[in-house]
Amino acid sequence: MRVTMVVDGVSYTDEVEPRTLLVQHLREKLGKTGTVVGCDTGNCGACTVHVDGHSVKSCSMLAAQADGCEITTIEGLARDGKLHPVQQAFHDNHALQCGFCTPGMIMQAIDLLADDPDPDERTVRHGLEGNLCRCTGYQNIVRAVQDAAHRLKPAAEADRERETVAGGE
Amino acid sequence: MTATVEPEVGKSRRRKEDARLITGRTRWTDNIALPGMLHMAILRSPAAHARIAAIDTSAAKGMSGVLAVVTGADLAEEQGSLPCAWAITPDMKNPPHPALAVDTVHYAGEAVAVVVARSSAEAQDALEAIDVDYDDLPVVLDMEAAIADDAPLVHESLGTNKNALWVFDSAEAGTGGSVDEAIAAGEVVIERKYRQQRLIPAFMEPRSVLCDPTGEQFTLWSATQIPHILRLMLALTLGVPEHKIRVIAPDVGGGFGGKLQVTPEELLVFLLARRLGKPVKYTETRSEAMATAHHGRDQIQRLTLSARRDGTITGLKVDLLADMGAYLSLVTPGIPILGAFMYNAIYKIPAYRFSCTNVFTNKVMTDAYRGAGRPEATFAIERLMDELAAELELDPMEVRERNWIRHEEFPFTTVCGLTYDSGNYEAATDKAKELFDYDGLRREQLERRERGDAVQLGVGISTFTEMCGLAPSRVLGSLSYGAGGWEHAAIRMLPSGKVEVVTGSSPHGQGHETAWSQIVADQLGVPFEDVEVLHGDTQSSHKGMDTYGSRSLTVGAIAVVKAADKVIAKARRIAAHMLECGEDDLDFAGGRFTVRGTDKGAGIGDIALAVFAAHDLPDGVEPSLDSEATFDPENFSFPHGTHLCATEVDTETGRVTIRKYVCVDDVGKVVNPLIVEGQVHGGLAQGIAQALFEEAVHDENGTLTTGTFADYLLPSAADLPSFVTDRTETPSTTNPLGVKGVGEAGTIASTPAVVNAIVDAVRHLGVDDIEMPCTPFRVWSAIHGRTADTSGGQAGGGLGSIQGGLQ
Repeated sequence: MRVTMVVDGVSYTDEVEPRTLLVQHLREKLGKTGTVVGCDTGNCGACTVHVDGHSVKSCSMLAAQADGCEITTIEGLARDGKLHPVQQAFHDNHALQCGFCTPGMIMQAIDLLADDPDPDERTVRHGLEGNLCRCTGYQNIVRAVQDAAHRLKPAAEADRERETVAGGE
Repeated sequence: MTATVEPEVGKSRRRKEDARLITGRTRWTDNIALPGMLHMAILRSPAAHARIAAIDTSAAKGMSGVLAVVTGADLAEEQGSLPCAWAITPDMKNPPHPALAVDTVHYAGEAVAVVVARSSAEAQDALEAIDVDYDDLPVVLDMEAAIADDAPLVHESLGTNKNALWVFDSAEAGTGGSVDEAIAAGEVVIERKYRQQRLIPAFMEPRSVLCDPTGEQFTLWSATQIPHILRLMLALTLGVPEHKIRVIAPDVGGGFGGKLQVTPEELLVFLLARRLGKPVKYTETRSEAMATAHHGRDQIQRLTLSARRDGTITGLKVDLLADMGAYLSLVTPGIPILGAFMYNAIYKIPAYRFSCTNVFTNKVMTDAYRGAGRPEATFAIERLMDELAAELELDPMEVRERNWIRHEEFPFTTVCGLTYDSGNYEAATDKAKELFDYDGLRREQLERRERGDAVQLGVGISTFTEMCGLAPSRVLGSLSYGAGGWEHAAIRMLPSGKVEVVTGSSPHGQGHETAWSQIVADQLGVPFEDVEVLHGDTQSSHKGMDTYGSRSLTVGAIAVVKAADKVIAKARRIAAHMLECGEDDLDFAGGRFTVRGTDKGAGIGDIALAVFAAHDLPDGVEPSLDSEATFDPENFSFPHGTHLCATEVDTETGRVTIRKYVCVDDVGKVVNPLIVEGQVHGGLAQGIAQALFEEAVHDENGTLTTGTFADYLLPSAADLPSFVTDRTETPSTTNPLGVKGVGEAGTIASTPAVVNAIVDAVRHLGVDDIEMPCTPFRVWSAIHGRTADTSGGQAGGGLGSIQGGLQ
């Protein structure tokens, strides 16, 4: 069947088998290998992307269901060579080790912050419950999400601009 | 270094690796696609023990896009036997271990047939058309039952389910007294039996392997911790000349020992690619990873501790049963032996005996999982210290203090014959107690007990050490391990002054690119950004022993330091020539040779360029600064620390909540505090998960019922607390950086801290043990005097046996 979707700002029209999962379509057909598969039961969240602005586990959705949708993956977050504040916060707070869960974790964190721009630790921990990480023990991930929340506040915008330019290490 | 340049070592550098990982610009093995690439899928046995009566592949062979359907009988002549590198005793039993079962399957999930097709979907479809008839054989699951006289056998041909018996006795070794005499004379004797449940490493990236046979060499990409060992083992197992194989470990998504393996899938992909002359890729599903990637732990420990009434330990006897699973994998039989020298831990125990019986069962193999033998040992001794304290009505910290090695007693040779080079248990403990508010929490505990609160408070201690930095080759030799424990490094000085560092270590999340850059920046006086670290490809990094056992920094990075020393030695001779002085007149600091007492000098980059041009070099000097070094450590590394855990236990529901977790680790000198802290966090999470959540459970047929992340309870962010971590710093005296390993420390230390805290919370209710994982049901049962079902079976959440879980 024929599906059309906009992924990271580019429109794609493809023939897909009805059983094709969105994540398979993204990885195998569109080359969006930044989004990864970590399990087969929808528990790990490694494949999380945004579909029309909301986080979705792309292993739990058929490509056909995404027909007509706008999708953002980890590869579409940085703009004009500048990292998204959540990406930057993950780097600055050492919120990743092997990095396999990171794309899904970042996409989920952005969704979480859209719902609650100033989450406390408990809210962050519960908001990330569907994304598993085996390396970090989550502490620095929680730290990064709260740091990103601070950076994303309108008042912090100017500071962020300066920090992003200066903090290149 | 000049006074104006801040050393890189010790700085919390943000990681170089992150740039690609946070943007999705990654090279996981499954991301790699080659022209004409085919896909392999594996049919796995649903039975744990059965004879394969017949396999009908005819329907599958005719399906769309299917290039090959292969059974064990088809590969029997060429697949060899998967390697085990550690024959722990001369008479160890090691059954043939085929990549593809030929006539009998020995665990559920064992590969029975493979399909290679144009697409992954077509390969999966064809699996369903293969028809296998199994004749069931008796299933052996329980270790104690397996060694009974009339037990059915996992491998008929062996005549026994015992793999080996391995013994260390301090009286026989001359390193201590007789434990039987100590126990006979003991004023207090504590006997306990603990169970180390089976765990699943559960790295986040499922394993994937791709073999390209189209070049002059076979090129194999694999999600492995051990590209160098894998290359040699492929050559030895399959009879392929080693120089015709190139192995690449690209981005690898975690391992924790779980990717320290030579897998059936790696062999099968290689064989099928060779047979078809086309690239073949296989990526496992999570369900396949859970059921067939090797598991960890799975031991039964019988322990006897003798002491005087003042709390001084006089002897320790350890009898283990260790579950090998159905076959021996790369290091399977040696895992419990890695714990043998750690039961005495930080304590001065005068008499010690360790014996371990390795047992075959119809389950997937066990092998390395973070800590590998040492978490089990640490759990046993740290639980026993608490039991001894309870018996003597002493504070458990006081009992530890009475027995531990005091800081002025280092270097200290233990009852196992190991020499601990350095440590300061008092300092780490003092700091931890202060951060924890030990006395305050003890007061609160007492108040709650007196009030009879429904939620009781417990305090758990783990004053651990471990041996890591595997390993001195001579020690490995004495333990009959099949290889050495050295590591290799090379440094290439490029004409523009930039530096390439080649390391035999093989990172999969640890941050070696960043840490090695920091080390080399200091050694050569070059900017951090000017260093590129190459690893994980046997073509660029031709020699190595890879990454496991907290060895990369203490062995691998020391090789890097040694290589840098050689670069500087070569450069010194050329600098003397350029500056027209004697070599002895030169100082090297901050990347620059200067002639003592003058302002004349030359930078290492200038010298690299001069060497590249080679127009004017001293006679007999080769035009190269490039250097390599292979470092063999003289001793293990002995990090230590004090971990304190406060748990709240709801006596009405059995629910355990970690109220506070404080650890002060001493890992010697620290290259990057941020990375070290991250290693500790992750280690704690895995150790706490053993205490509270995780267990690989099998049903009576040998089917893994915790085969998904819905059933195998990897902790989420909501299940863990924030940790308070700190450090003391007692440099190692056995390597030039003063560093100790950190990768496994958190996992080794934390499990007993948590269980001690839980038992401590409810000991006054008559509880002196709760089996792991300490689920609410087990805790509640212990409090209410009921016996929880210890055969497992309570961890399953319902998805473990879904159809298709094993395809």
